[in-house]
Amino acid sequence: MEGEPGNFSVTLNLRPRFIDADKCTACGLCTTYCPRHLVDAYNEGLDLTRPIHIDYPQAVPATYFIDPNACLHLQHGTCKICVPVCRSHAIDFGQQPEKRTLAVGAVVMAPGFGRVPESTLAKYGYGAHPDVVTSIEFERMLNASGPFKGEVQRLSDRKHPKRIAFIQCVGSRDIGCDNGYCSSVCCMYAIKEAMVAKEHDPEVDITIFYMDIRTQGKDFDNARIRAEEHFGIKFVRAKVADVMPWREKIKITYATMDGRHAFEPFDMVVLSVGLDAPADARRLADIAGFELNKYDFCKTATFAPLATSRPGVLVAGAFQGPKDIPESVTQASAAAGSAAALLREQRKAGIVVKSYPDEKPVEEEEVRIGVFVCHCGINIGSVVDVPDVDRYVEGKEGVVYHAQTLYACSQDAQEVIKEKIREHNLNRVVVAACSPRTHEPLFQETLKDAGLNRCLFEMVNIRDQCSWVHANEPEAATDKSKDLVRMGIAKARHIQPLPEQTVPVTPRALILGGGPAGMTAALAIAEQGFECYLVEKASRLGGSLRDMHYMLDGSDPAKLLADLVARIEANDRIKVFTNATLKAVGGFVGNFSSVLAVKKGKGEQEQTVEHGVIVVATGGQEHRPDKYLLGQSKKVLTQTELEKRLAGRAKNRAPKSTVMIQCAGSRGDDLAYCSKVCCTHAVKNALKIKELDPSAQVIVLYRDLRTYGYAEDAYREAREKGVIFIPYEVDRKPQVVKKGNRVVVEFFDPLLQEEVSMTPEVVALSVGYVPQDTEQLSKLLKTPVTEHKFFMEAHVKLRPVEMAVDGVYVCGMAHSPKPLDEIIVQAQAAAAKAAMPLVKGEVEVEPIVSQVNKDLCIGCSLCVNLCPYQAIQMVKEGKKRKAETIAASCKACGICASHCPTFAISMGGFTNEQINAQIEAFGAQEEETTNG
Amino acid sequence: MGQTASERKGAVMVVGGGVAGVQTALDLTELGYYVYLVEKGAAVGGVMAQLDKTFPTNDCSL
Repeated sequence: MEGEPGNFSVTLNLRPRFIDADKCTACGLCTTYCPRHLVDAYNEGLDLTRPIHIDYPQAVPATYFIDPNACLHLQHGTCKICVPVCRSHAIDFGQQPEKRTLAVGAVVMAPGFGRVPESTLAKYGYGAHPDVVTSIEFERMLNASGPFKGEVQRLSDRKHPKRIAFIQCVGSRDIGCDNGYCSSVCCMYAIKEAMVAKEHDPEVDITIFYMDIRTQGKDFDNARIRAEEHFGIKFVRAKVADVMPWREKIKITYATMDGRHAFEPFDMVVLSVGLDAPADARRLADIAGFELNKYDFCKTATFAPLATSRPGVLVAGAFQGPKDIPESVTQASAAAGSAAALLREQRKAGIVVKSYPDEKPVEEEEVRIGVFVCHCGINIGSVVDVPDVDRYVEGKEGVVYHAQTLYACSQDAQEVIKEKIREHNLNRVVVAACSPRTHEPLFQETLKDAGLNRCLFEMVNIRDQCSWVHANEPEAATDKSKDLVRMGIAKARHIQPLPEQTVPVTPRALILGGGPAGMTAALAIAEQGFECYLVEKASRLGGSLRDMHYMLDGSDPAKLLADLVARIEANDRIKVFTNATLKAVGGFVGNFSSVLAVKKGKGEQEQTVEHGVIVVATGGQEHRPDKYLLGQSKKVLTQTELEKRLAGRAKNRAPKSTVMIQCAGSRGDDLAYCSKVCCTHAVKNALKIKELDPSAQVIVLYRDLRTYGYAEDAYREAREKGVIFIPYEVDRKPQVVKKGNRVVVEFFDPLLQEEVSMTPEVVALSVGYVPQDTEQLSKLLKTPVTEHKFFMEAHVKLRPVEMAVDGVYVCGMAHSPKPLDEIIVQAQAAAAKAAMPLVKGEVEVEPIVSQVNKDLCIGCSLCVNLCPYQAIQMVKEGKKRKAETIAASCKACGICASHCPTFAISMGGFTNEQINAQIEAFGAQEEETTNG
Repeated sequence: MGQTASERKGAVMVVGGGVAGVQTALDLTELGYYVYLVEKGAAVGGVMAQLDKTFPTNDCSL
């Protein structure tokens, strides 16, 4: 890799698949004929496959490949059985490795993570005993399409285990294997796997051995509670000392917090393996010229979390540091946005825009249907009598052409379909094949190429619904195929072209909140080339960033604040409103109109702004629990207050003795949830105290110490520097009481097994965070909040920064409490997502949206109340109120149409007329049988 | 259209076809850029494609 940002030249080595991806139809015949076995890596070696195979049926690309190291022909020049077996002649042993040079403007590194070495696993009996498995092996066992069809089995005797142990932190938080960090995901997946195993077999007894349960993510604690209370999974805080075979079982010896040793036998042991750096991290870093951190993950900084040390090269996902799926997806969007900003001048220069012939008007024509029945190789054809189904179509009303096809989805079949459309002047097309979920867009594309509106297509699924589910009843499957095809043709007689609607977009963003999230988002959107309004309710920008005085990695938050403010002031695309709040919002994605209330002296001035998208970054604030004498004694501070004191200029700013109490008001007290940041905050402050005065005493009373990721290093450093960490149980919380001038902390020490009383100079409370004004804002924006009043994302994993209302995005503490680096990433991600409609300049609307017939509408507004996407509004027509679909917001779910009492609403492509025709055609079967 | 790979403007290379790489690639196309998604395996999906369910909702991972 050579060159500069905006102009890199990269060389790739492309390995051959030995199968032509354009020809392979993924029928699987080659695998059944391939004579050689191969250990199935996709199934973690728990199953066998063949050198010619596909990892799993849903793989993308859906093309088989040959493992050259196992193939008899490629190794020994023999065999070649697969070549004549393949009916589409896709196998090509002539393919050669290829070197290709590409010009790219930016690079995003997302190589993921690697595996914990087996030498580490061996310490827990892995390799020596077959019933000690890794969590990823266990994951495959649980999977219905996995090696044992979803049944958990012991590898030693194929028996079903009755007692399973999970051991946490294998290859994580372990300097013995040079992985000092916490992998941040294992607690979650262990709980998940344990719960799924319990769902498979409620009788199975599961124990999880852990040091701290780190379910610090948004609403993650709920799952832990559910695991314990609903599923009866046991959580044992203990360090596992030894894993040994014992009779037919495995004996685990462990040491609990009170110093006791115990042992228990289990049928199976699951090692919760951590995320290691990718095996080829060094090589990648050398080739692309960026630095790694001490753990061989990508080196980044708190304030620029996705920038590698080489400009123009970004990083996303687990390679940036161990993380879960939602965080990876968020980072991906953020990295995409950063790369886009970098290459702003070249936007749309490289994309390929496809053009189509003009659409042929068909409304006035008689219905001319073409039907194509697919064999799907043997996938349909080996069960369903496809020629019979094809014959059956002959003479059906409206059908002017019908044919069988071996693979309807193949490239040459598309050409045939186009040709037949022209030759027979077809104006409706029915394909009886596989699932519209995967293949409808392909056939619709073919119709567009042939000059037909894409909605003149109807798909019948005779694979999933016939050949697959009735694999052992070929006759019934054939009959059912005929029924479905007949119904599809009946519907096709009524389908009409639907217009491709687009709605123009006001290319501007409104950002609510001028803290770290809002400022970052505003800059990211402005750097993409769009204007934004940045609205802050306080008199100046900064928000929670003003409460931060030092960071664990030594970087200076004041510098970041000054830098952000200066860049915002210098950017003429950003208009800042301070002392301002949102008063009203109207419109929809692409076309919002909002009213801002701006404080002016004692009064208030209203201003209306037009914008296409909204980013919510209203932040959070420290919770103030009415507990532990907070507010009643000057000696009791929150962590933020302590940080301020430690960062100040006072001579004795480091207290001689400090007791910190974690989860003060959180995790089941005032706040049900974990605030994610408090443990790291406490460790950060403890280290600051030790830095200022190494002789100072610091005691941290905690429940689970959640210094996930690299913060684990700081936790270890704090212990090494003499900070004392003592866990407490939720039913035995520490007490803070006033005794004269003194503040006394009383707590139970599990190691001493006795009550301890201390009189520290300062009691520091880790109080957790609450969102600001989200309830009121959620009413204005019509976006839901969680039970804890944080904004709810559209989908936890797939759409972590979008909200249920199109065009509204969320980031920062308004989404959930999180540390600064995650706030920055999330803000960049929200900005990237918000920029998408702005870049396009229009919002595309799927033609299948709902439509209101205003003559029939009685204005009851039932649909408005039922619509989950705020996509229907009431409008005045003369003196009457009528419903109207906001096409840009409609998701075509059909709830409105199915509830309308006067049938005034219809769904494009699913009208009552069409559905009735299908139902009638289904009932017409009897007649035909009697007549025929 | 008509540009060859070596002269294509506004292209980004994404290294790795796991969930992070795939999401980056998808978002870049939405933002108006041509993407080369480079994966060393035979399919995209990464480790997520090996997972049975996902925490905490137990949604199917595929």
